[in-house]
Amino acid sequence: MATTTLTKAEDRTTVEHAARLSHVSKSFAGPTGQQLVLDDITLDVAPGEFVTLLGASGCGKSTLLNLVAGLDRPSAGSIETPGGRPALMFQEHALFPWLTAGKNIELALRLRGVPKAERRTEAERLLELVRLGGAYGKRVHELSGGMRQRVAMARALAQDSQLLLMDEPFAALDAITRDVLHDELTRIWRETNASVLFVTHNVREAVRLAQRVVLLSSRPGRIAREWTVDIEQPRRIEDTAVAELSVEITEELRGEIRRHGQH
Amino acid sequence: MASTDITSDRKRPDGTAGPVDAKPDDLAGLEAGLDALDAVQIRRTPVREVLLRKVLPPAVAVALVLIVWELLVRAQVTEVYKLPPPSAVWDSAQDMWLKGTLLEVVWTSVSRGLLGFLLAVAIGTPLGLLVARVKLVRAAIGPILSGLQSLPSVAWVAPAVIWLGLNDQMMYAVILLGAVPSIANGLVSGVDQVPPLFLRAGRTLGATGIRGTWHIVLPAALPGYLAGLKQGWAFSWRSLMAAEIIASSPELGLGLGQLLENGRSNFDMPGVFLSILLILFVGIAIDLLIFSPLERWVLRSRGLLVKN
Repeated sequence: MATTTLTKAEDRTTVEHAARLSHVSKSFAGPTGQQLVLDDITLDVAPGEFVTLLGASGCGKSTLLNLVAGLDRPSAGSIETPGGRPALMFQEHALFPWLTAGKNIELALRLRGVPKAERRTEAERLLELVRLGGAYGKRVHELSGGMRQRVAMARALAQDSQLLLMDEPFAALDAITRDVLHDELTRIWRETNASVLFVTHNVREAVRLAQRVVLLSSRPGRIAREWTVDIEQPRRIEDTAVAELSVEITEELRGEIRRHGQH
Repeated sequence: MASTDITSDRKRPDGTAGPVDAKPDDLAGLEAGLDALDAVQIRRTPVREVLLRKVLPPAVAVALVLIVWELLVRAQVTEVYKLPPPSAVWDSAQDMWLKGTLLEVVWTSVSRGLLGFLLAVAIGTPLGLLVARVKLVRAAIGPILSGLQSLPSVAWVAPAVIWLGLNDQMMYAVILLGAVPSIANGLVSGVDQVPPLFLRAGRTLGATGIRGTWHIVLPAALPGYLAGLKQGWAFSWRSLMAAEIIASSPELGLGLGQLLENGRSNFDMPGVFLSILLILFVGIAIDLLIFSPLERWVLRSRGLLVKN
């Protein structure tokens, strides 16, 4: 088991990017003709990199993730995900209520083509990874919000994708649970060596988690600025360095928002 | 354990270990504490409470109806041949029981009803899936299918007799025409109510096409489908009774509908009442024994059954 994970981790470093977006635009048919939602987004996510996409309402964050996930097609430009279909985590846990926690993970394994005999062990290993070792037989409604998101994380990891897309996965959780899940996600990210593209509107969350923060402007979504976060992990959301960078980014974000009130 | 090798590198660079990073197992402990605090408690209702809340009220209601019935007879509101006392109906049942015909008559109808229902499920399910998933099919026959639901299945008895003759096939035809639209419509509304999030989640996991239908759409639509099945059974049973009452013939064997019809033609009011009660009883029994437990199990396992 350990050897297979190791070789996979090595494979990952040989690909030069986990996702490559080149000049991606997306427009939808709106009440006043075609509406441009995303404008000329060019972005690389390196293997093993943790990138957060930050922006106010209307910046097209979720649209962008849908495009990368392959749920929708860009109007222009191209998206490459050499590691195959990315895994996607939603704000809602999106676990299937007719299956137990363990069976939710096994379904992902099954759809990935894992042979039946290996599924149970692998599902239990993944639950162990998110520290829910005893939850295999639990129904979704028997789990708390934080536990559901951890099972959802385990299910996303079951896809064994090189790229994990996260669409505000902790936005609906209480502050204490969210804080703990930040630690959890950092730990799992380092352990699995996956690349993460994490969408949020929470500046501190973005700085707490990422190696790189990408700020999107709104209507249409464009890349406004980028920051490399050099603060060493493990970080805390209360750390002075996190707070200082957050203040700087928030100023920039507010500037972007103000522009929309001026006309 | 996995946690020890990961937490080994969780020391802070500046050496000022914060409270959370102090011990390697702190995050695990914190998480276990949160899980314990947040865990949802599932309570099972004790048997005594079930008896008191679920069994007693309907039993009292039935007893009240019987008392009022008996009082009406004693008050002689009408002639006894029009309204027989409950005891006469009971005697009639006992008489049939002693002759050994009671269970036979009930079984003739129940077996027809269940077989017809199963056929209706076998036809209604793929039909419903087709209507739900294929836009063109929905546009073409969706409205007709909904319309058919409001057409009383008695209307089909006459053409069915002419086409198929007085036999079991005709009974099944009437059952199918009554039950298939309900079952198909139940599945359609079940599929329509599947949250789009499940479909998106399924697609990102690779469940598309047939695999998406099998792993995501069908299980997600199960509550609506079950409601359709329940209604489908009610329609099967009603259609069958209509067919049995209208098309009675010695070759068909004695079912509950014919029993009712025979009672009417012989001016045997206790027999008529007995038939009606038996028809009602079978309908309730099938629902209580099969559909209600099935529905409750599905809803409970999904956390959809709200308890007060």
